[in-house]
Amino acid sequence: MQRTITAGLAGLVFGTGMALSGMSNPAKVLNFFDFAGSWDPSLALVMASALLVTAVGYRFVLRRDKPIVEARFHLPTARKLDTPLLAGSALFGVGWGISGFCPGGAIPALGLAEPSAWIFVGTMLAGIVAARTVRLALESRATQTA
Amino acid sequence: MTEFTPLMSLVGGTLIGLSAVLLMAFNGRIAGMTGILTGLLPPVSTDWPWRAAFIAGAIAAPMLVLSLSSQTIGFDSSVANPWLAVSGLIVGVGVYFGSGCTSGHGVCGMARLSPRSIAATAVFMATTTATVFVSRHMLGGL
Repeated sequence: MQRTITAGLAGLVFGTGMALSGMSNPAKVLNFFDFAGSWDPSLALVMASALLVTAVGYRFVLRRDKPIVEARFHLPTARKLDTPLLAGSALFGVGWGISGFCPGGAIPALGLAEPSAWIFVGTMLAGIVAARTVRLALESRATQTA
Repeated sequence: MTEFTPLMSLVGGTLIGLSAVLLMAFNGRIAGMTGILTGLLPPVSTDWPWRAAFIAGAIAAPMLVLSLSSQTIGFDSSVANPWLAVSGLIVGVGVYFGSGCTSGHGVCGMARLSPRSIAATAVFMATTTATVFVSRHMLGGL
């Protein structure tokens, strides 16, 4: 129960930050990337301030033996720069550039009751499920033949 | 056109960072939207309650801001619906294989100086810029 409450609070802070910063506003996001046109530098400040706070905060937090309401820290362990990482990220950028929606910006935009956010999130979830189904199927086939 | 909003962007960015620190301090988790969402989709992860709570908080936040304060939240999307749908599909497949998005790689991973996140962020920032250039300046907008 405790971990659900703390995660909910973190989600509230996340959504507030996304909404206030402009990350949930597709027009603002697209303008940030439009260096040749109507450039809006705002999102550079969002990224810079979010990174600074996270980098400093993590230094203190990760010094502890474990998190406050959970048994251990769950940190990604993969180190290799592989094809799925790079190709997937390249693809993500293409999609982000088409609409101006990224997952973290679009989820809070659902709370603004904007139909465009619902359309985007709907197909995004379908995309994640489809990609995951393909990967899990390939992995199970690999284990069977191995 | 959208206006340069230095103050709100700094306030918002600070809150995004604060959220990442809170979720790590309390739950020991990366505040990455891709990872959190994936565990809520079939096959659903056994630790779904904290994930659902984070998402619920993120969706409720703009509604609370609008109802409890006089703050306005800018929103404007002029992209046609079929392109929105295509974009969502591409983003979903991309972030799944890429193991993260702007929040997971761009904020949390970069803050940990993860080489994978630094590479991922450099790649998606580049392809986003290229896509916006093509769609706005070569195709005349989508």
